[in-house]
Amino acid sequence: MLIGTVVLAGLALGLCAVLVLTDRLLPAGKDPVTDRIESLLPRIQCAQCGYAGCRPYARAIAAGEADINRCPPGGEETVRQLAELLGREAVALDTTLGSANMNRVARIDEHNCIGCNRCVPVCPVDAIVGVQQTIHAVIAAHCTGCELCLAHCPVDCIDLVARDA
Amino acid sequence: MAELMLVIVGAALVNNFVLVQFLGLCPFMGASRRVEGALGMGLATGLVLTTASGISYLVDSLLLIPLELEYLRLLAFILVIGAAVQLTEQMTRKLSPLLHRVLGLYIPLIASNCAVLGVALLNSTANRSLIAALFYGAGAAVGFGLVLALLAGLRERAEGADVPKPFQGHAIAFITAGIMSLAFLGFTGFVRL
Repeated sequence: MLIGTVVLAGLALGLCAVLVLTDRLLPAGKDPVTDRIESLLPRIQCAQCGYAGCRPYARAIAAGEADINRCPPGGEETVRQLAELLGREAVALDTTLGSANMNRVARIDEHNCIGCNRCVPVCPVDAIVGVQQTIHAVIAAHCTGCELCLAHCPVDCIDLVARDA
Repeated sequence: MAELMLVIVGAALVNNFVLVQFLGLCPFMGASRRVEGALGMGLATGLVLTTASGISYLVDSLLLIPLELEYLRLLAFILVIGAAVQLTEQMTRKLSPLLHRVLGLYIPLIASNCAVLGVALLNSTANRSLIAALFYGAGAAVGFGLVLALLAGLRERAEGADVPKPFQGHAIAFITAGIMSLAFLGFTGFVRL
């Protein structure tokens, strides 16, 4: 009886010691999960997911704080790829967050633009050119259709049009 | 060497732990929804199975038998398995965080996988050598991973199939597993151990 108790206690202590040792000795791994999630996102930094950009959103997904369906520009395809990477079930895109997609670009109505320069700093991809007091223009090849500039125009002269129109 | 191969084939196919001996059924049904998850689960379980059967054998032959404490096998093996699971958890967390994210929840469940305990107990009752015990564990791991991946593949197909309403969901999965078990019974008698 006594010897059995001693042997079991010794075994438990020995295994504990091994586990503590391996925990100390194994190198703490980097965090490649965030990198891989970010590489699947469109990286147009439109912030429609509610985070400051794609990297913070990827970090939130990795930490389990955000769902994978919050990226309107990425669409269902991104949700599917994220679900595959993370081994989760694909969920429907959250359509309440916005409808931006890469098929549309912003266009500034030059007759109404007052050159206020408010839309330039909010553009995440620097697709709007022009300085104060001059009429602005959108570089269609850079524009991602993220709609962030629309709310900042005081004269409402920015529209989204089909990319090839 | 030929005998060791027979041990592996015997444990993996002929006396498959899941489909013939009906051990470890809970991760078999629980972790077989997606092939990727099933492969990861099979890998993690295999690691635990092999290390746990080796360490259990050493504990049994060096500690319990010389001290005539065979009646403590069950307790001692559960301790060893718990430690092996914790070790696997540490290793996946630090070496492959992505795998850890996919498996996260399942790794602690391996501790209660009765196939792991079954291998350790069967090893000690069958009086195998250390090498044979390790191979038996590895064979059981191969068999477990194989049937897990097979069932996951079948279930993925069944998701797209036109399954009658009363059979949808888990029902068709159980029927699939039953038919697989019947198929594996065809191996009976291939290897005598």
